[in-house]
Amino acid sequence: MHDFWQLLLTDYTLQVITLGTAILGALCGMLGSFAVLKKQSLLGDAVAHAALPGIALSFLIIGVKNSQMLLVGALISGLIGAFWMRGIVTKTRLKTDTALGLILSLFFGFGMLLLTFIQKLPNAQQSGLDKYLFGQAATLLKSDVQFLFVVFVAFVCLLLLFWKEFKIYTFDSAYTQTLGFHNKAIDTLLTSLIVVTIVLGLQSVGVILISAMLLAPAAAARQWTHRLENMVILSGVFGVFSAIIGTVLSTRFSGVPTGPVIVIIAAILVWFSFVFSPKRGLLFRQIRRYKNRKELQVFKTLDLMYRIALEHKTPHHPHHIQILNDFQGYSKSALKQLEDQKLIKIESQQWYLTKEGYQKAAKLFEK
Amino acid sequence: MNSTNFAITINDLTVAYNYKPVLWDIDLSVPEGVLMAIVGPNGAGKSTLMKSILGIVTPIAGKVSIYGKSYEKQRKLVAYVPQKGSVDWDFPTTALDVVLMGTYGQLGWIKRPGRVQKKAALEALEKVGMLALKNRQISQLSGGQQQRVFLARALVQDASIFLMDEPFQGVDATTEKAIINLLQELRNLGKTVVVVHHDLQTVPEYFDWVTFLNVKKIATGPVKAIFNDDYLTQTYGINYKVSIHQ
Repeated sequence: MHDFWQLLLTDYTLQVITLGTAILGALCGMLGSFAVLKKQSLLGDAVAHAALPGIALSFLIIGVKNSQMLLVGALISGLIGAFWMRGIVTKTRLKTDTALGLILSLFFGFGMLLLTFIQKLPNAQQSGLDKYLFGQAATLLKSDVQFLFVVFVAFVCLLLLFWKEFKIYTFDSAYTQTLGFHNKAIDTLLTSLIVVTIVLGLQSVGVILISAMLLAPAAAARQWTHRLENMVILSGVFGVFSAIIGTVLSTRFSGVPTGPVIVIIAAILVWFSFVFSPKRGLLFRQIRRYKNRKELQVFKTLDLMYRIALEHKTPHHPHHIQILNDFQGYSKSALKQLEDQKLIKIESQQWYLTKEGYQKAAKLFEK
Repeated sequence: MNSTNFAITINDLTVAYNYKPVLWDIDLSVPEGVLMAIVGPNGAGKSTLMKSILGIVTPIAGKVSIYGKSYEKQRKLVAYVPQKGSVDWDFPTTALDVVLMGTYGQLGWIKRPGRVQKKAALEALEKVGMLALKNRQISQLSGGQQQRVFLARALVQDASIFLMDEPFQGVDATTEKAIINLLQELRNLGKTVVVVHHDLQTVPEYFDWVTFLNVKKIATGPVKAIFNDDYLTQTYGINYKVSIHQ
């Protein structure tokens, strides 16, 4: 672990590429929040897979491995894929999942075909195109990172500027339209931001796993907060975190692609959040449920004792414990708890309600 | 009467999603200041009619006008309460935030809600009896409370016409009473309130105007004059004998 940070602090190349993936993580996390809330998480998957033939074709056309030009190709074919998918959903009776599966596999298959073809070409430049499948952060150049940074600043500004519009559109699009906003404009803007982010992520995370980078941080962040602004920020932080750890880990073992490592780190975050978040986490929910049940059981027992005691003229008249056996739903631990709370007293198998016990029991079902 | 005396005027409206028409040649005028129920069976096009008025659905033919002008020009006069089930209530936001959304239309693009808007939102929350829960996450509200939040969001728009799609769906008796009191109060202030309604039993008690709809418009007018077995039978297609007029 010590080596890990040492490496990050001293190795300049590593710093550059880690900064690149961290920016990407932040972008994915923030925009992923909207994709998740809009229930469009799989759109990212379709766009990413649809980008592959674009990468291959633009390499075939320009003949050199210029990452910017390849990304333009990726963007174009990604967009074609996304709009084709939407077209299928609106024009035919096919549902989104089917359309998505069709587009995703068609484009990806075509992309793989082109990649195989390219690999047989006598062009020294061709090696490394397959890195776009699972991503290789090490291929990020300083200029790539600078470009990522510019995009990041621009996108954050757009998010701040159109925050209100994105928020209301994501929550209730029909209502948004009645207020006079152009839903098409908001949707186009938001979708474009997401698509550009995906395309930028292809180099370091790869076409196959980039959608996980969009969803995982957002899903994790949703567990910790009930406010959209917090969710977007936290999701961005989670994205940065998984990107940094994933990048450094993957560069330490040569030949390990970056995408899978980043995604695994993000998945661990998701798992952790689903189990341990205090508000929505499984663990605390289970604990709360258990405590509630216990508490109700104790109150139920107290109520029972109260009703028995009421039948006597003297309120603190002792009763034998066995009397309680005739009723369901009391336990030794409940008795013990009541005794600990000084609500009842137990002396030699006889119990009676204390004054506090009386007061508590009388008010038990009042709100 | 001139068409500008009507809050909403609909001429020859026909809407179809695929091949089958959902609304067929609807002519309807809603006078200003009425509290009107739209009734009809499932699939009669009640929600679609509302969405056509709001411009959410594009009709095949026909025209809708709000006080004689297009919705685009008059949208600030209209507030819409969608069906509660149309949104995901697990969205990470609070009751106050949702009500604030009602001010977005007046604000327009980019501008953020400020102190004035927040004050209006709090007042609207108070009117629906939800002020104490203003910071509650919306998924932790009951169905009735969620409906009240939606109502508050429409109130904050300060509109003259309110269009509500099944505001009584899934709410308890207390909330239903509270909502109808508010709607009647709005009507008494001269606002026009149009409600898609399902419970025929309560129509005479709650509303003063009614429209029967089943793809075509069957009838529209004052409840006292036209809410009878004849029109109910025509609308619902079965021999409708109601024990409503006792």
